[in-house]
This record gives sequence, C-alpha cells and structure tokens, in this order.
Amino acid sequence: MYLDYVIRRFSITLLVFVLAVSINFALPRLTPGDPVEQQLNQLISTSSGSIGDVKAIVESYRARFGLDQPVWRQYLDYWGMVLRLDLGFSLANYPERVGESIAAAMPWTLGLLGMATLLSFAVGTLMGGMLAWPRAPRWIGWFAAPFLVLSAIPYFLIGVVLLFVGAIVYRIFPAGGGFPFDMTPGFDGATILGIAWHATLPALSIILAQIGAWAIGMRGMIVSVLGEDYIMLAEAKGLSQRRIFLWYAVRNALLPQLTKLALTLGHLVSGAILVEVIFSYPGMGYRLYQAIQSKDFFVIQGIVLILSMSIALTMFILDLLYPLIDPRITNKRS
Amino acid sequence: MGPDFAKLFRGNLPLAAGLTILGLLMLAALLAPLLVDQSLAQVGAVPARRPPSALYWLGTDAQGRDVLTVMALATPQTLKIGLVAGLISLTVGVTLGLIAGFMGGLIDATIRTASDVMMTIPSVAILVLVAANVRSMTVDLMAVIVAGLSWMVAARAIRAQTLSVRERGYVQVARLSGLGGLRLVFIEVLPNLLPYIAASFVIAVGQAMLATIGLEALGLGPQTELTLGMTIFWAQFYGAIIRGMWWWWGPPILALALIFIGLLLTSAGMDRVANKRLGGL
Repeated sequence: MYLDYVIRRFSITLLVFVLAVSINFALPRLTPGDPVEQQLNQLISTSSGSIGDVKAIVESYRARFGLDQPVWRQYLDYWGMVLRLDLGFSLANYPERVGESIAAAMPWTLGLLGMATLLSFAVGTLMGGMLAWPRAPRWIGWFAAPFLVLSAIPYFLIGVVLLFVGAIVYRIFPAGGGFPFDMTPGFDGATILGIAWHATLPALSIILAQIGAWAIGMRGMIVSVLGEDYIMLAEAKGLSQRRIFLWYAVRNALLPQLTKLALTLGHLVSGAILVEVIFSYPGMGYRLYQAIQSKDFFVIQGIVLILSMSIALTMFILDLLYPLIDPRITNKRS
Repeated sequence: MGPDFAKLFRGNLPLAAGLTILGLLMLAALLAPLLVDQSLAQVGAVPARRPPSALYWLGTDAQGRDVLTVMALATPQTLKIGLVAGLISLTVGVTLGLIAGFMGGLIDATIRTASDVMMTIPSVAILVLVAANVRSMTVDLMAVIVAGLSWMVAARAIRAQTLSVRERGYVQVARLSGLGGLRLVFIEVLPNLLPYIAASFVIAVGQAMLATIGLEALGLGPQTELTLGMTIFWAQFYGAIIRGMWWWWGPPILALALIFIGLLLTSAGMDRVANKRLGGL
C-alpha cells in the first residue's frame, strides 16, 4: 500500500520536473524572434552597451544551444544541460554563471523562510489549539483576532508597513540588505548578530501573516479532536488540563497540521520571494527581481526552474515522511 | 434560497461582514472613476511629491500624479482582474471537476494528475516566465494567464462533491427515469453544488488577485495601466518607502488589505454555509 502511494507521488514529482523543464524550454522559443539576440538587444538599448563583447556572447549561446539544430535535438540538449545543472551565463553580470548566482542566493532564502515558518508554526499552532480549547483563558480570543485578520494579507504588504515603521519612522532596524555593508561575513558572533538584525523585519512580515493561517487550521483540528473518546478517558482519569491539552489534544491534531505544510509550500515560497524584494534581501526573490529589471533572461529561467524543482522535491520528501509518522494518512488516501 | 437570505446572514457574521466590505469596495470602484478628473492621473499633471493637503487629499506621487485619482482608477482595474480571472478559472475548474467526477476512470485520473502537477509548480514561477516572454502586459492578458494557473482548487472541490452527489438517491432516481448526460448534470447535480461553486469562486478570486499583485510587485505587471499592484510597484521602484512618502503606498496597501480581508471573511462564512448544508442533507 505504501509502495503504491510512493509510486504515485514519485510519478507526479517526475511529471512536475518534465513540465517545468519543458515550459522553460518552450516559452522562449514560442515567442517570435531569436531569443538570445532579442534579449541582448533589449539589454543594450537599456544599458547603453556596457555589457562587454556582445557578438561573442551571441556566438557562444548559438553554439551552446545549437539553435540551428532541429527542435527535438535542442530539447534533448537542453535536458542534458539541466541534468548537469548547467544553467548558462548571467547576461547582466557576465561572466557570472547562473548556477553560481543561484547558489549564492539560496541559503538566504532557505534561512529566512525556514526560521520564519518554524517560529510561526510553533506560535500559530499553539494559539489555534488554545482558541478551540473550552477551558482556555478568554483573552486568547482577543489576542488572536489581529493575527487572524493579518493572515488574509499578502506577506509583502505587511513588509512594506513594517519597513516604514521599523526602519524609517523609528530607525531601529536596517532598511535593507542581508548583513551590514561594512562587514566581511565570517563565522563569528558579530556576523550572526548582524545577519539576525537584518533578517528581523523580513522574517516578521512572514511570521505575522503565517501565525493566523496556522492558528485557523489548528483550531479546526482541535475542535474535531475534542469529541474523541480518548479525551474523555483522559479527563476521567483526572489528568491535569495542561496535560490533556498538550499530550492528548494537540499531539493528535498536530500531524494533519503538518500535512498542510506541504500543501502551502508553494504559497510560502512565493510569499517570501516578494518580501525579499521589499527588503532588498539577498535571496532568490531579490535576485529574480534584479534579473527581471535587467532583463537577465537566463537568470530568470534558472531561478524559476530551480524554485519549481526544489518545491516539488521538498513536497515529495514531505509526502514520503507523513505516512511514516502518521499511519492514518496512508489509510485515508488509498 | 430566496426567503432564507435573512436567515443565512443572521448568525453568520463573517459572511455578512465580508460581503459588506466587498460590496462597498465594488460600489466605490464603480462610482469613483466618474467622480474624479481622470487627467490628474497622468504623469506630470500635478506637482510631484506633495504630502496630503486640502488640494490633493491623498498627496501626489514622484511622477506628478494625484494619488486619490490614481486610486479611483486603479481599484476598479484590480477588482476587474480578480473577477475576470476568478470567473475563467471557476468555469474551467467546475467543468473539469464535473467531468472528472462523473466520467471517472482514465479521464478522472488524467484530470486529477494534471491538477496535482499544476498545484506542485508554484504559479508565480510560471507566471514570471510567461510574463517575461510577452512583449507587453495588459490587464486582460494578465487575467487570462492568472486564471490558467488557478483552476485546480475549484476542480478538486467540485470533483469531490460531484462524487458524493452522484450517488445520492434523487440523482439515481433521475438516472433510472431516463435522464442522461448533460441534462442530468445541469438539472440534478449542478444546483446542488451551488454553495461549493460559490465558495470556490471566492477562493479563485483571492488566488487570482494574490498572483496578480505578486507579478506586479516583481515588475511584470501592465506597465502602462493603473492597478493597485502597479501603484505599489512604482512606489517601491521610486523609493517611496525609504523617503517616507506613506501617502503613496499606504492607500493601495489599505485597499488591497480590505479586499483580502473581505474575501477571507466571505470565504469563511461560505464554508460555514456549505458545511451546514452538508450536515443537514
């Protein structure tokens, strides 16, 4: 049974890969004109020819893509490049390779999104649990209301307001970047502090919006758990309220809450990407924004490809883990 | 449902509040363009970078546009994208969901796999690629692109409901009495799915607007048209946040926040209605 499930999830992930690569391959070729020359010309007209030897780049790309070859051949070649993780050169920062550019940006996005999600998951889940718990203090409802409202608003809009309040009106936090300008990053306390300081506002914009979303989900889960026999048994045994809440209600409601993580992953990543733009945070989102502004097409393509693939891969791994943690999931799906 | 309307809203505060917010916004969006002097939204029409005053109620932006006029013209455009994209994606989603739920077998498997695959790829990623490849983005084109990537939620919800409705007694009776194919779907099944279709529509509109403003924030929106997302993009592009020009980015953010809160409340309220129906039947 588990094997069937794994095979289905795996084939979907594989399909996502094929689709992502094919779209990446097909879209530039569907638009009229030579994609390389078109992009380069656009670049020259916007940046007054300061990108070096254009002819050489065009030539190298023609040879690299084999644009004179039949389409099926180009398609296979493209797959070969993708599988070797060779994503070409950045047009705006030639001769930087797209792969290097993405590798430099990736840890920032992972760190920001990971920390923010972890924190908001913990706080939001607990808050949602208390919202549904009949014997929880009254103030929880009033305390949670603003978070529920915030959960409707896109992260980056909250980010704009936070940036204005936290960095412009009150100059507490830096207005942008990932670490202090005058610092060479190293593995010491000052670096970590500097990075954390710069990450506070971007992370907060994601956290504030996410807490409510997790709380709403958890509230629903706890409500459905409350009527279960084991809660009654625990109360009959005379266990303390705290113990029943944490070890009987929350624990059982937590696993479905974890499944929601895989479903919302794409949403989380797209949201975080836009937050990076607002805070000029040096992750994938800000890199994508820069690439779009400078029409750096291969970087756009590369980031889109890597993003889709890593989301698909993460979802696959999460999907594989869930049935192992929670046997109920396999039964439900089959 | 007619006489039940009052009953529907009483005791369902989220639905009433959500629909009120959205209704007022729509009303404002319909009337505002008629009440303002539209020429004030052109670049250089008014002195640049003025804070709110008696003359310019919401101040002016860095390109010499009256922010109030911009808001009056941008809000309807943004709502239009959301509604058009929501409607298209709902139509596609409901059709595919019905087909999948009714036909079953290979067709169902294909549609289900397609929607699973589409749900895995972040729509912003594909949007970025498409938008980067079209020569000039327009409001209509954006609505179509966004719709093409957000039909999955409706398709899944409708498929699941079709599966359960299909087996109910009255549908079986109708089928046995010779009602077949499309007529069965339209007369017996579709009306019973209305609460779910309405709920899917609200979700679809929300998703479409979210994708739209994401695209606009990245600078891939309609460069020559006024929308709330583009207003925020230009404000960010010209450093309005750093310069403290809150009157430029504040109004569009407030409008968008109200739209999203209205959609969330409506969606939560509809959920309640749909689930109550499910329990009652």
